[in-house]
Amino acid sequence: MKEIIRLENIKRDFTVGSEIVHALRGVSFTICEGEFVTIMGTSGSGKSTLLNILGCLDTPTSGDYYLDEVSVRTMGKNDRATLRNRKIGFVFQSYNLLPKTTALENVELPLLYNPDVTATERKRKATDALIAVGLEDRINHRSNQMSGGQQQRVAIARALVNDPVLLLADEATGNLDTRTSFEILTLFQNLHREGRTIIFVTHNPEIAQFSSRNIILKDGRITEDTRNNKIESAKAILDSLPKENL
Amino acid sequence: MRYGNLIRIALRALNNNKFRGFLTMLGIIIGVASVISMLAIGQGSKRSISDQISEMGSNMIMVYPGTGQFGGVRMSAASMQTLKLEDYEAIRREADFIDKISPSVNSSGQLIYGANNSPTTVYGVNQEYLDIRKYTIDEGEMFTDEDIRSADKVCVVGQTVVDNLFTNGEDPLGKTIRFNMTPFKIIGVLTPKGYNTMGQDQDDLIIAPYTTVQKRILAITHIQGIFASAISEEYTEMAIDEMTAILRTNHNIIKNPLDDDFNIRSQQELSSMLSSTTNMMTVLLACIAGISLLVGGIGIMNIMYVSVTERTREIGLRMSIGAKGRHILWQFLIEAISISVTGGIIGVILGVGASAIIKQILGWPVYVQMYSVILSFVVCTVTGVFFGWYPAQKASRLDPIEAIRYE
Repeated sequence: MKEIIRLENIKRDFTVGSEIVHALRGVSFTICEGEFVTIMGTSGSGKSTLLNILGCLDTPTSGDYYLDEVSVRTMGKNDRATLRNRKIGFVFQSYNLLPKTTALENVELPLLYNPDVTATERKRKATDALIAVGLEDRINHRSNQMSGGQQQRVAIARALVNDPVLLLADEATGNLDTRTSFEILTLFQNLHREGRTIIFVTHNPEIAQFSSRNIILKDGRITEDTRNNKIESAKAILDSLPKENL
Repeated sequence: MRYGNLIRIALRALNNNKFRGFLTMLGIIIGVASVISMLAIGQGSKRSISDQISEMGSNMIMVYPGTGQFGGVRMSAASMQTLKLEDYEAIRREADFIDKISPSVNSSGQLIYGANNSPTTVYGVNQEYLDIRKYTIDEGEMFTDEDIRSADKVCVVGQTVVDNLFTNGEDPLGKTIRFNMTPFKIIGVLTPKGYNTMGQDQDDLIIAPYTTVQKRILAITHIQGIFASAISEEYTEMAIDEMTAILRTNHNIIKNPLDDDFNIRSQQELSSMLSSTTNMMTVLLACIAGISLLVGGIGIMNIMYVSVTERTREIGLRMSIGAKGRHILWQFLIEAISISVTGGIIGVILGVGASAIIKQILGWPVYVQMYSVILSFVVCTVTGVFFGWYPAQKASRLDPIEAIRYE
């Protein structure tokens, strides 16, 4: 299996006033293509810091990070921006769609920052991504005309549109009700089945049972790294839920 | 990054906040419109004054005989006989900066026609005098070279003369009037010019061939003055120098310019004084208008600041999906420039329109100059860049990690 992510003894220190806070105290792991990894931890465990580093938004104080066999640690701001644009798809807890903008335009957004993509290609890719998340009938709806679940689907389509090597979700179900959460999880599982590499950062321990691997952080260190051989199907649970909204 | 994409991004963002964009734009619109209309009013009044001066002939140059001393006695200018027809002919032949030139002799006296009479002045000149003084013939025609050569007793009269002599509405053309004892046949009537700024009636005169006035009225061979016009106002100074040189050569005045037996005057002093007054007014108006443009610019800066703060999350998102700092910088800069340029265009249209309305309704002399349109347009674009820069810079320096989680 191809290595997508390799972390080698990642440390990240912050200076708060005169004190130094060790957010990450030496984290190492590798993630291969096609894995669905949940990273868990309570607040203050360093999972947000880790997410920022994995997402190339931040660089470690020491240690090495290879994304798709490229060392990120020594990269400058602009190079990391390009790397994010080509290799990473972000899904946030609060969707972060542009207001008053159609689903299609929101999904097109990452491609606007890629000079190699033509306008027709951009439109086609964005439409494909929206179809892939099941929003073919919402393409021209504005973000404020959609439900939370639909908005998160648009956000996932936006993350997929550049065909990233890594899908990075930050509490992607945190703002959603139970039923919609399972819908989104089902979508993630489908993407996983299609061979996507997914990292899902969450504090909700229930989500671990739907992923193929679970990493638990505590006080800036990995305390647990287990593979899940018995992946639950989110679809099955979704089907078993009472369909009160229908 | 394609700049086309950046422009698309910026325009989409503006489109999301149409009303706010419009309000911001309003500052620029008012600023530009007022700059243009104020400059148009200033320029208009400047033009109207300079038109009035050139009514009198702004490029007009007059040569009078100077005072001279004979045996220690200073003589009055009018009694001098130093200007000759040869001087006029020499200037006409040799001067390059002179357009029109006419000798001048005049005499005051009583005009008589039938039972009516009125005092007036007869000017003995040639045909070019009309162009120099900006007179035109309303009815009839001007006398000809032939009339000058044979000193014919023909004349062209001003409207005041017509009003005074032909009280019962007769057609003056072809009638013979008497100036003192000399009969003149009226062959033309001048278009009325009204009073000049000095309060003189410019229509109270008759114009006759200079030869006629010289021989038949005054019985002199010298001339009393020379009227000329420079080829244009800005060459007046050079024309004067040229004429001075020619006259000095003719009069053998080489050693000492103080010995000049002639005086040359022009209207330039008057015109430069008046234009300096109107220039000051224009500058004043432009300052006021400029301030409103500045206020408009500050409006842009203010709204861009609010916009950056309000859209912190959007900026964070854009950065996390691959926008570089300079993309964000350009996006906000393009937004600011779009507002100011669009405002500028609307302002230009409004300013030109307002100028036209002022001209129509108030009847003020208004003149929109191309340079003021271009100037205010450039200024408002620069305003957009200048006042958009700082907020855009602030946006581009945001930390994506903090921006994306900004509440």
